[in-house]
This record gives sequence, structure tokens and C-alpha cells, in this order.
Amino acid sequence: MQSRFIFILIVFITTNFSLTAQKLYTKNGFVSFFSKASIENISAENNQVMSVLTLPSGELQFSVLIKSFHFKKSLMEEHFNENYMESSKYPKATFKGKINDLSKVNFTTDGNYTVDVTGDLAIHGITNKTTTTGIITVKSGIITATSKFKVKLADYKISIPKIVKDNIAETVDVTVSCVYDQKI
Amino acid sequence: MKAIKLIIILVFSYAKIVAQDSTDLMTQLEKQEPPKTNYTFATFKSTRLITGHSVENIGKGVLDVRILHRFGPVNRGIYDFFGLDYASMRMGFDYGITKNFMIGIGHSTWQKTYDAFFKLKILRQSSGAVNMPVTLSVVSTIAIRTDLAKRDTFNKRIHTRFDDKTSFAEQLIIGRKFSDKFSMQFMPTFIFNHNKIDSINTYTQNNKNIIRGQKRKNTFAFGIGGRLKVSKRVSINAEYYYQLPDAKPDKKFNSVSLGVDIETGGHVFQLHLTNSNGMTEKSLITDTDDKWKDGYIRLGFNISRVFNVGKH
Repeated sequence: MQSRFIFILIVFITTNFSLTAQKLYTKNGFVSFFSKASIENISAENNQVMSVLTLPSGELQFSVLIKSFHFKKSLMEEHFNENYMESSKYPKATFKGKINDLSKVNFTTDGNYTVDVTGDLAIHGITNKTTTTGIITVKSGIITATSKFKVKLADYKISIPKIVKDNIAETVDVTVSCVYDQKI
Repeated sequence: MKAIKLIIILVFSYAKIVAQDSTDLMTQLEKQEPPKTNYTFATFKSTRLITGHSVENIGKGVLDVRILHRFGPVNRGIYDFFGLDYASMRMGFDYGITKNFMIGIGHSTWQKTYDAFFKLKILRQSSGAVNMPVTLSVVSTIAIRTDLAKRDTFNKRIHTRFDDKTSFAEQLIIGRKFSDKFSMQFMPTFIFNHNKIDSINTYTQNNKNIIRGQKRKNTFAFGIGGRLKVSKRVSINAEYYYQLPDAKPDKKFNSVSLGVDIETGGHVFQLHLTNSNGMTEKSLITDTDDKWKDGYIRLGFNISRVFNVGKH
């Protein structure tokens, strides 16, 4: 009788835990960047970003295919892939990190919650520790994560030749926006 | 006992669920993605390898303004400043109608030639979902020379037909980017040469080439070319056109060119050494008068500047 009770208790606890340890993910997240320089502004967008957010731990991951960034000018896209990002050598940019204060997000109440994110950002084969803030938006049960941060090209060994230094900014603005439309 | 066993099993299975962290899910998601077709880009830096076409097209809505120069042979020595006193040039405008179809027009000082071409990319080298080992393009060029006199010394009307001044070059270009650094291409070319340039009796009067005789010749040539990148923005190129011996015009030689491509943003600067003077397919391949061996090497350069004019 006692053993049966323990069994039921254990089943209850485990199922309960596996329900709370939930993974939200998306395959069509959005990442864009913007470079402001004296001669020209350059921007590109990527709509095929994969991201996984684990609850309640706050583990956060991004995987961004470099070749999926699209530019207005085809030659820019070619140079971006060939000369700057070397996408055949380094096909992906990734982020592996954590939302430090996910506990302050109330997933049952609609609203915007500003959170701190830390983690490893890997671009062009170089990994750097990064810290930024993001916004978690809860709206009728759907969770969206957005963030804006700056990436200094020199930190990732993306070199800009002197002759085009007026065309490309040293630091670019990156915007991330993911609607976690799927879950496990 | 039974209960303990069950507890152990359940604890382990729970641990298994926990171990499935987000790293694993990301790996799974990436595996689930349908394989994409990775199209090869930038097989060559420019739409021209040196003088002849490469497999590259310019983008949709892009206008490419091209200024080409070929100087005189360097063996003329210091008196002619190693050939730099003489210059032959072609000015051209290329436009990309789609990413796989481009057109262009140009004018050369050599034989006062007007030319027009189109280039159509039929196959694109790719890997992944679609595996294609080569890029295949077709280039069709028409060239019209306007330096021919209308009457000969006996005041007889000659070269008045459009046909007499016109030549066509039909080219198939098969290219492959073997690595980031190394690309090669083959260019089988057929030239319908309607110019009567091979005639036995050519002389000049009033600065016009007077040509008599009715001999005309079509030529089949086989081109081979390649590039080796020495840095991200600099590459070394080579281009050679071999004319089949029985089709080769008399006293003409095969075109051999060596060049360097330097790319900065929207500019490509191509500097080269060549034995050819002409800058259209017909004059490049069938009108090369000199041999490298004899020191008839010409310095030349192409400047290309692209402008985004159309909708993207």
C-alpha cells in the first residue's frame, strides 16, 4: 500500500516537472542589421532564424544562417558573403546564453518585461561573451522576444579595408525579433 | 522492492528528459530543416575574365559602365613609351535584366566597331538539395565594323552590304569554382566572320582600309581560362583562345592574356598583359596579329563601375 503511494507520488512529480520544463522555439525568427556610414547606409534582413527558449531555466539559443541575409543590392550581398563574413567557411552565427532574470516574467499576464541576457555570441568563427537587454512580450499566451544591440566588427575579426571605411560602419546595430510560435 | 525498482526507473527517465537541454533541440531543429540549394557565387570577380566573357552575370537592375584600354606593344621601346603612346579603347554599357540575363552594347576604336551582346545563364553551380557541378552560360555577340570604304580605287562599290561588315560570335561558357581561391572555365566559341578581312589584297587609302577579294572564313576556337585569388580582393587571371588550325585565318595568332583583378566596393579594376588588340569576341579571337614570343605584349586595363538603376 505504501509502495503504491510512493509510485503515484513519483509519477505525479515527474510529469509535473516535465510539463514545466518547456521548450519554446521558432524557425522563422528575424534578425536584421544596419550600418550607418558617411557615404552609404547598409542594411540586410534574415527571416529564417532558429531560436530555442527553455522555461523555466531561461536558456536561450539562436542559430543564424549567414547566406540567408538579403540586401537591396546584389553586389553587397556577394561582398558580404565573400569578403566580410566568409560564409562558405563560417556558415552560421550562433548565440548560446541565458535570460538571467526570467523569474520576473509572468507568463500568464499580458505585458512587456525587460530582461538581462548574457551569453556567447559567435560570428565569423570568433566567440565573445556578450551582455544585453531584451524585451519579453506576453500577449494572449504568445511569447515574443526582441532585442537591439551593437556589434563591433573588429571584435569578430571582420576587417574593413581603408578604401571602403567611409562605406561601412565600425559598429553595426543588430535587431532581433522572435515569436516563439512552437513548443515541445 | 518493486517500488524501489520503479522509483529508480522513473528517476532515470526523468533525468533523461532533463538532459534534453536546448542544445539538443537546436541540433534536432537544424537536422529537420529541408536541405537547401547552396548556389555558388563569385566564381569570378567580373563579367569579363580578361577580355572575353566569364560565367558571371551582373545583378538585376544593375548598370555596369566599362572602359577598356589596350596599348601598343611594349617592344616598340622608349620612343613610343613602350606602347603607351598608342591606345585602343572600348566603351561599353552592360545591364542586368534578370539575375541570369544581361545585355550590353559597346563601341571600339579598333576597326570602328559597334557591338552588342546578350548573356544567358542556363545552369548555376550548386550543392545541397540541387547538386550541379558547373555553371553554364551562353553568350551571343554581334559586331559591326564601320571603317570599311564604300568604293575601291577603281570606284567600284564594295562593302555596301550589311553582311560584309558584320560578324557573330556564339559562345558557350562552362565554369566551375573549385575552391574559394580557384575557378576555371572553358569557352568553345564559333565565329561567323562575314568581314572580308582575310582577303589577299588589303591596303590603306585616305585612312580607310580598302579590301578586295571575297574570301571569308568562319572560325572555331576553344578557350580556356582561370583565376587564382591571392587575397580577398585581388586575383590573378589567365585567358587563352586556341583557334583550330584549319579554320585559323592566315597570319593570325592565338590570343594569350594574363591579368590581375583588383576589387574595391562597386569598382573592379583589371590590369593585364596580352597580345590581342581587339576587345570584341571576333577581334579578340581571330584578329590577333602578334605573338608574345616576339615581344608584342600589350598593356591593357578594364575599369568597371556598377550603378543600381533598376528595381531590385
